[in-house]
Amino acid sequence: MTTVPAKDDQEDIEATGGSGIADDPSEISLDPGAVLADSGVEELLATLDAELVGLAPVKTRIREIAALLLVEKLRAQVGLSAGPPSLHMSFTGNPGTGKTTIAMRMAEILHRLGYVRKGHVVAVTRDDLVGQYIGHTAPKTREVLKKAMGGVLFIDEAYYLYRPENERDYGQESIEILLQVMENQRDDLVVILAGYHDRMDRFFESNPGIRSRIAHHIDFPDYTLDELLAIARLMLDQMHYRLSVEAEAALVEYIELRRSQPSFANARSIRNALDRARLRQANRLVARRGQELTREELMTIEAQDIRASRVFGEEVQEPEAAVDDSAVRPS
Amino acid sequence: MRITQGTFSFLPDLTDDQIRAQIEYSLAQGWALSVEYTDDPHPRNTYWEMFGMPMFDLRDAAGVMAEIASARATFPDHYIKVNAFDSTHGVESLRLSFIVNRPEREPGFALVREEAAGRSIRYTVRSYAVDRPEGERYG
Repeated sequence: MTTVPAKDDQEDIEATGGSGIADDPSEISLDPGAVLADSGVEELLATLDAELVGLAPVKTRIREIAALLLVEKLRAQVGLSAGPPSLHMSFTGNPGTGKTTIAMRMAEILHRLGYVRKGHVVAVTRDDLVGQYIGHTAPKTREVLKKAMGGVLFIDEAYYLYRPENERDYGQESIEILLQVMENQRDDLVVILAGYHDRMDRFFESNPGIRSRIAHHIDFPDYTLDELLAIARLMLDQMHYRLSVEAEAALVEYIELRRSQPSFANARSIRNALDRARLRQANRLVARRGQELTREELMTIEAQDIRASRVFGEEVQEPEAAVDDSAVRPS
Repeated sequence: MRITQGTFSFLPDLTDDQIRAQIEYSLAQGWALSVEYTDDPHPRNTYWEMFGMPMFDLRDAAGVMAEIASARATFPDHYIKVNAFDSTHGVESLRLSFIVNRPEREPGFALVREEAAGRSIRYTVRSYAVDRPEGERYG
């Protein structure tokens, strides 16, 4: 289990304190723009657009949720409360489409809008929720839920919670506790379930209680070739590398080939490919002993670094899958 | 007789909002919280029964409040306290401990005199509540 603390914790406590309902009724502003500026969500959404490539349907839904919470805030100021909306979500999509990344961002957005109090993310998988013997599961699940309160509970590969082949599996108990808390303590935490599309569908079919308690089912589309290329550029930029012109062409070819192969994990495969290209670049530079290297050379990934990949070979199915085995498992 | 043990015990009972505020403060200090209960109100009874595990790595008071609510439902006629433990090196002890639930009626203490060697007398206190067996003392 990992807990990601909320960013700028202290500062935000003051910020939410200040952006609450105005004490003096004459000061109430019903201008959405003012509240938006006040919460700092605008810039968060802008960085979301800038840093995350593609994912149009996801971004649209996030904007809708942000707008809803904003309007709810304004309505509360004039006494039109409808109760907190249910914000439990399910993220479905293929590996490497950004589900975890978005979940982290989501916590921050919900925190800025004052929906969750602390804005941290507790990321768990089946192991963190389900116990090993009778009576172990309930305390374990409750402990995780308590840790997540005030923030977001992110359950990765949620479908593993339910194992239909074993009717005495403890996962069911965990699901029941989860459901109870999702229903009764809606304003204390937001639960985000994530997983691959088809398996999540099967999971929801066998657990209709969960499906009906999740208001937002967000599907993460696969990236297009252009988007993958943009992601690669963004990643290289962050690592202070750049591609030579030939290398860029090689990368396009690489992505095309890699996409048609099994266990392609979208952005994660790209990251792995770039990491291996860095290895080869380093090896190439070290091999040129006795020469002074320029800054330019240290930064540049050449076509040969990419073309050395096994993806360009003839028979590549199995070995590539082995090298890229992190692609099979979502992080 | 009202038991006065722990912080705030000379004040009127804390409301849930006040309890929540104290817990929020403790969490902000990085202290771990735990809930304990007992039906033996003797002042030297410092080791109460744990209600569930101590809660580490919490961010928000909601989790502790849920635990308090469940302790109150299980033991409505017991003393329940919340402890905040500071694990800082060199401290490693409770920083804050306060009662969040007490029995409806607290019968108080009897003064017990014991004849000791010579003509000296030793005194101690004994709660009327402990005349009855554990679990049946209140209510």
